[in-house]
Amino acid sequence: MPLSDLANPSRFLTLANRAIPWLAGLTVILLGIGLYQSMLAPDDYQQGATVKIMFLHVPSAWLGMLGWGIMSLAALGTLVWRHPLADVAAKAAAPIGAAFTLLCLVTGSLWGRPEWGTYWVWDARLTSELILLLLYLAVIAVWRTVEDPSRAARAVAILTIVGAIDLPIIKFSVDWWNTLHQGSSVFRMSGSTIDRSILMPLFVMAIAFTFLFVTLQLAAMRNEILRRRVRTLRLMQASAVS
Amino acid sequence: MRPLAALLFRDMRIAVRVGGGALMGVLFFLVVVTLVPFAVGPDLPLLKRIGPAILWLAALLASLLALDRLFASDHEDGSLDLILMGRAPLELVVAVKGIAHWLTTGLPLIIAAPLTGLFLNIDPAAEAALTLTLLVGTPALTFIGLIGAAIAVTLRRGGLLLAVIVLPLTVPVLIFGVAAANAAITGPVPFGTPFTILCALTLMSVVVGPFAAAAALRQEME
Repeated sequence: MPLSDLANPSRFLTLANRAIPWLAGLTVILLGIGLYQSMLAPDDYQQGATVKIMFLHVPSAWLGMLGWGIMSLAALGTLVWRHPLADVAAKAAAPIGAAFTLLCLVTGSLWGRPEWGTYWVWDARLTSELILLLLYLAVIAVWRTVEDPSRAARAVAILTIVGAIDLPIIKFSVDWWNTLHQGSSVFRMSGSTIDRSILMPLFVMAIAFTFLFVTLQLAAMRNEILRRRVRTLRLMQASAVS
Repeated sequence: MRPLAALLFRDMRIAVRVGGGALMGVLFFLVVVTLVPFAVGPDLPLLKRIGPAILWLAALLASLLALDRLFASDHEDGSLDLILMGRAPLELVVAVKGIAHWLTTGLPLIIAAPLTGLFLNIDPAAEAALTLTLLVGTPALTFIGLIGAAIAVTLRRGGLLLAVIVLPLTVPVLIFGVAAANAAITGPVPFGTPFTILCALTLMSVVVGPFAAAAALRQEME
């Protein structure tokens, strides 16, 4: 099957309907394994059990950024190819990405309270992540303000591409500024500085969260396509009556 | 060049006439700065410390004021359609409108800043540095704001959405503007470090803003 078949909303729907149960099942299994491994993982010698918050925090942070990445690609699809499915993908990704970004901030501040002694500091990593959340909310606000969906999609696309500047700022904030948030420790040239016993559950959780994201994304896209069909049918019905 | 110059003068003339927003911005700026001592108390050492932040915040909010009318009023009276059909490149047109907006709202703020600095107990040398940061930084606010103004152009209640879109994007400008002003007043960072980053942010927004805003206008006006 050529990739372009995916661009047809009906084909996409049948494919999504077939894939979603499998993806959901896989997500549940991976989350089960990940959570079980996280529970078994040893406590940190300094942080004690609070280190386990990381198993939720790091994958959420990664998915919050992935969400904006997907929206940026979809924005290209909207602006360059005018593809309705790209609009749908961008619209579906916004609330999911916002939720993961919020989860990242909440888990981070719950971890910060015992470890740093404060829920919140205005350091570069935290601030840039908060701005990402605000940008997500701005995008959702645009979606909810502009009535015509394809016009909303184009306005959102431009805002998304401009807002993508925040992604490298988040990624490199710990290198560019002297932050309270620790530097990158999972992916490094010299190898990870995290012990295997903690790194393994982290990887499993990251993969499980990614599958969760993909499942939610496909389901949200399916719902959005159906919602648009309902809207079109209503418009047709209304014009037939009058 | 002639159509662009004509557009610049037209926009500035509209801004200073009745119904234009030119003096509204600077008035708003003065009101906000006056309100702060009521909120935090007339504590002069405290005002001196937070003065640069107050001036920057007031400038940011004031530059938002006229933005929602920047393209919307042209859209309502139809002149935006004429501009879109014209031969001048839309990016340049948008940039010229940005310059007109800055000249009528940004520049008056900078002229008023020394006076407000007096209210906030900022000494003359620091005031000069602060005014310099505003001079360099406020164009960035305008040119980032262009993007929001273009996205919100066809909305009836675009003003609030505009603020929600634009404010998160202006955070870096605010950070380095206030950092440069504070560096000049208290140190220990040399003034040049944050100030050059502020210059870079302004130059970047002068490039990115018109292109993104022009793209948004083309999409919106189809």
